[in-house]
Amino acid sequence: MSSRLLNQIGLFFAALVIVSPAILFFLWMISLSLKFEIDNGAYPPILIPERFAWSNYVKVFEENNFLLYLWNSVLVTGTATLLALLIGVPAGYGIARLKAERSAVVIMIARMTPGLSYLIPLFLLFQWIGILGTLWPQIIIHLVVTVPIVVWVMIGYFETTPMELEEAANIDGASSWQVFRLVALPIAKPGIVVAFILSVIFSWNNFVFGVVLASRETRTLPVAVYNMLSYEQVSWGPLAAAALVVTLPVLVLTMFAQKQIVAGLTAGAVKGG
Amino acid sequence: MSAIAPERTGATMQAIGESQTIRLAPNYWPFVVPALVVVGAVIVFPWAFTLWMSVNRWTLGQSRSFAGMENYLRLASDPRFWESLVHTLTYTSLSVAAPMFFGTVAALIFDARFPLRGLLRGVFVMPMMATPVAVALVWTMMFHPQLGVLNYLLSLIGIPAQEWIFNAKTVIPSLVAVETWQWTPLVMLIVLGGLASVPREPFESAEIDGANAWQQFRYLTLPMIAPFLMIALIIRTIDALKSFDIIYAMTQGGPGTASETINIYLYNTAFSYYDIGYGSAIAVVFFIVIVALSFILLMLRQRSQWIDAEGK
Repeated sequence: MSSRLLNQIGLFFAALVIVSPAILFFLWMISLSLKFEIDNGAYPPILIPERFAWSNYVKVFEENNFLLYLWNSVLVTGTATLLALLIGVPAGYGIARLKAERSAVVIMIARMTPGLSYLIPLFLLFQWIGILGTLWPQIIIHLVVTVPIVVWVMIGYFETTPMELEEAANIDGASSWQVFRLVALPIAKPGIVVAFILSVIFSWNNFVFGVVLASRETRTLPVAVYNMLSYEQVSWGPLAAAALVVTLPVLVLTMFAQKQIVAGLTAGAVKGG
Repeated sequence: MSAIAPERTGATMQAIGESQTIRLAPNYWPFVVPALVVVGAVIVFPWAFTLWMSVNRWTLGQSRSFAGMENYLRLASDPRFWESLVHTLTYTSLSVAAPMFFGTVAALIFDARFPLRGLLRGVFVMPMMATPVAVALVWTMMFHPQLGVLNYLLSLIGIPAQEWIFNAKTVIPSLVAVETWQWTPLVMLIVLGGLASVPREPFESAEIDGANAWQQFRYLTLPMIAPFLMIALIIRTIDALKSFDIIYAMTQGGPGTASETINIYLYNTAFSYYDIGYGSAIAVVFFIVIVALSFILLMLRQRSQWIDAEGK
């Protein structure tokens, strides 16, 4: 019994060691964001300051138009995810039922393609149609990220849902659309949740599309943070606070939806080969 | 191997099902069409257009003219391109090897039962989900030669201060450290999925036969999770080749061009110099590199499965 306990304690500490880079990083991030300039420049470094610089967070929102960029991020991620669900859930269903494994190859190629190679042609296209100053270019190009994720997760999901009910409904004379909407879709709700979460996270985190397509008014949060780094005064406290504000929604989502994320990523990954 | 068997039986069952209900077979194509249209617009069209641009002399704001293979020939004799290819391959091999090792170790730990396992696993996964630009920003501060916390930590164990991303010699390993920090969790999750599918019985009999922990890992666990390791390897390779956010946000390819990978060079060509003809040629070659490497790994995977099946 006691050797089993020792074993558990040993495993706990091994896990602690391997998780420590993550713990230390996020602790340091919080620490940086809550320190005044003088404490951030101190040597040896200070982890917990005597006075907390909550003003760093106030500064982020006051000086950098952060509320606008937050709103832009919500619009781009929200619209790109909803469109992807609208298109991708039926597509995942169709592909799973058609056993169209070749279409999975298209998604694999989409995964292999560097985001930048979509950017040159679509940038020109958006310029020609004259929508460059709006959020639409970013919403449209985010579909490159969100649609494959949703389709991928949903193929995996619909492949595991039982066919018997659908076949029964089909024999009873229901149309394909009715079968999908009334039989397949309700069962697939957990899968849709997984697809939604992953799509939101990867769209929210995307940087490369915004850095090319966003103008001053249409920046999303990652681009806004990057611009703070390159153009504004390099003051660590507000910078770290901004970084934390950008990534906090995603981290909170990760903590609460850990199970769904793990399920989605491993399902997608295991099928991904 | 466990992944194949259910698929195969599924396919045969489906085949039987089809032959029985052939006249009632519902039409599934309308479900797929909207996605096909979108994929065509945002994925296939850009590719066709990129191919066309790559055979043109075209800098934004200037007139365009047909160039044939000129851009590709220029690429072959462009030292900056070859340098960026070397950087990409160095960066990729390191950013695959390190997460594969640490991810497998982490998966073996998290496969066991111990207190606070769920919480620790949750924290372990967070780097992968965190916004890359935010991550890059904080790492840049930690790498700071004078004020960074990393040099302070090194000084505690008597290692002299480093210049990290600010020195041409150490910039790629430093960026790899960040990439490893961020993407080890994905390898862990995939391998953990593999470990979950490993049956208990062989280990019990191995235990009785007196096999030690290393022998059990080497001769039982490792072969059984090999397909999952292969998948992790392929995904990690593709992602590392494509890595952009962290490199661009931390160094923009610098100092000088010391960390300029193909992806960064592509960005600079197309969006700093606006040479979109040449940039498109780089994009095409870059894509070929990615597909070729993935294809080689996929072949290896098939071979490993084949050996697996033979062994069984």
